[in-house]
Amino acid sequence: MQPLDRERLHRHSLADLLIEYPLLESALLEAGIEFDPDEQTTLPAHLARWAEVHGQSADSFLARLIERIDELNRLLGPATSMKRLSIVAGRDKSGRAETVAGIELNRGDLLAIVGPTGSGKSRLLADIEWLASGDTPSGRRILIDGRTAEDRRFAFGGDRMIAQLSQTMSFVLDATVEELLALHVESRGLAAGLVEDVIEAANGLSGEPFFRHTPLTGLSGGQTRALMVADTALVCRSPIVLVDEIENAGIDRRAAFNLLLAQEKIVLSATHDPLLALLAPRRLCMRHGAMHSLHRRTPEEEAILADLETLDDLHGALRSQLRLGARLTPLGALHHRRNPSWP
Amino acid sequence: MQLITVAGPPSSGKTSVLLKALEWLRAEAVRAGVIKFDCLVADDDQAYQNAGVPVRKGLSGVLCPDHYFVSNIDRVLEWSSAQQLAMTLIESAGLCNRCSPHIKGLLAVCVLDNVSGLQTPRKIGPMLKLADIVVITKGDIVSQAEREVFAFRVQSVAPRARIVQVNGRTGQGAQALARLLRAAPHLEGDGDSLRLRFPMPAALCSYCLGETRVGPDYQIGQFRKLDID
Repeated sequence: MQPLDRERLHRHSLADLLIEYPLLESALLEAGIEFDPDEQTTLPAHLARWAEVHGQSADSFLARLIERIDELNRLLGPATSMKRLSIVAGRDKSGRAETVAGIELNRGDLLAIVGPTGSGKSRLLADIEWLASGDTPSGRRILIDGRTAEDRRFAFGGDRMIAQLSQTMSFVLDATVEELLALHVESRGLAAGLVEDVIEAANGLSGEPFFRHTPLTGLSGGQTRALMVADTALVCRSPIVLVDEIENAGIDRRAAFNLLLAQEKIVLSATHDPLLALLAPRRLCMRHGAMHSLHRRTPEEEAILADLETLDDLHGALRSQLRLGARLTPLGALHHRRNPSWP
Repeated sequence: MQLITVAGPPSSGKTSVLLKALEWLRAEAVRAGVIKFDCLVADDDQAYQNAGVPVRKGLSGVLCPDHYFVSNIDRVLEWSSAQQLAMTLIESAGLCNRCSPHIKGLLAVCVLDNVSGLQTPRKIGPMLKLADIVVITKGDIVSQAEREVFAFRVQSVAPRARIVQVNGRTGQGAQALARLLRAAPHLEGDGDSLRLRFPMPAALCSYCLGETRVGPDYQIGQFRKLDID
């Protein structure tokens, strides 16, 4: 997106600018300037007219407005352009070196993190969120494009590296789907049309459609999770997504990961669920606080993944039949999905 | 010595967050203590005591909490030096939202939680606007979208503040806060040169002195009437 400068202000109609720069609307409202969203004159022309009616100077208004928009743009920061995330090993709970020396992840990569409770999955995710530089109990270092990224820890807006999705999250806002998405899209400086795209993508994941005017509190568990995934994929600008336990979610989990990966996110997914663990081409096993072993998915495991997905589909089909009041009949032969498209 | 004001609405997570940050400070051998200002009740001093943190509490009771706080800064300093603290955190429940306990030249922290609603950053006033660091809590229970919108709202009210997301339950983010606390400016000399960042609200009327009767006859002192035209 081009920065909003004086030249663009003079060249485009206010209506067009409002579509391209959603922040403009809040800046105008904040300044107490009335306007018609379909205004075909330019902003300076509109301001001149408005200022005349109110007996004020249009120039000072314009200057203040541009200053405010610049300030909001600075808050958003430039979208980050990182390419590679590296985890450099530290030590386990007893201070011994980790057996996996390090992991490299590129944009669009998915890594599953498995291991018993207490094995260090959360510590690893926390290290990544903190962009650790050897200063946490694990001694790990997190590198962005090969360099430590301590200076980006407190970055805001477009420069924030990490987004999170977890089973414990829910929507708390008393608003409709559209209202929240509009706020989120605006706060990221993106165009309002994205709201519809997010709803469509979310509905593609949950199979139970909701609408623009559905209240957030009226969403089912599956719809909630689907909306969070779609929103994180399409609106959130952080390149790294940490996923903590999204099993039992009632959504197409493979499609959910594909949606995130299609947006070039680097996805790390901590899980106990075999289907989720096998969806990732690589999985990291944690033990005693350490990165213990790194596994590449084998052809045998791919076949097992296909079986698991068939079971998952079957489970979903039985669930919806029961909900519709059907009487179940004996199961026939299981049919595998025709076009598996694993990440 | 480092003197730091930490303010935030009730139940925003001030104590939980400070306890987690204090763990990191202790690991770095920083001797830190807490003074907790509140209006009616405060049990949080027990939580600090259990964690082995030197703590004192002050309850304003019938006094205006803001005025009580500011008139006790000298006592805070006396206590801190008696306890040989390198860092003193003054925790207060934000007093009333009109007010701000922040002091010029010292580190000012505001704690807000993600669940408090998107309008909160605009309602809080100088306690947030004049803070150097804004800690946002309870990010683990709201969506990423709400986190981002909330942080954006906070940042547009306090453009120069640093935002730190801290989870008071797991401690995630507390290391970041501890690092920022360590970098707080040191208090030079005694407290005589300290100035508030924002004046306290005026309060001088019959109700300050215990009047309970309602009605124009009993209103003596500073009053302003509601505009109903």
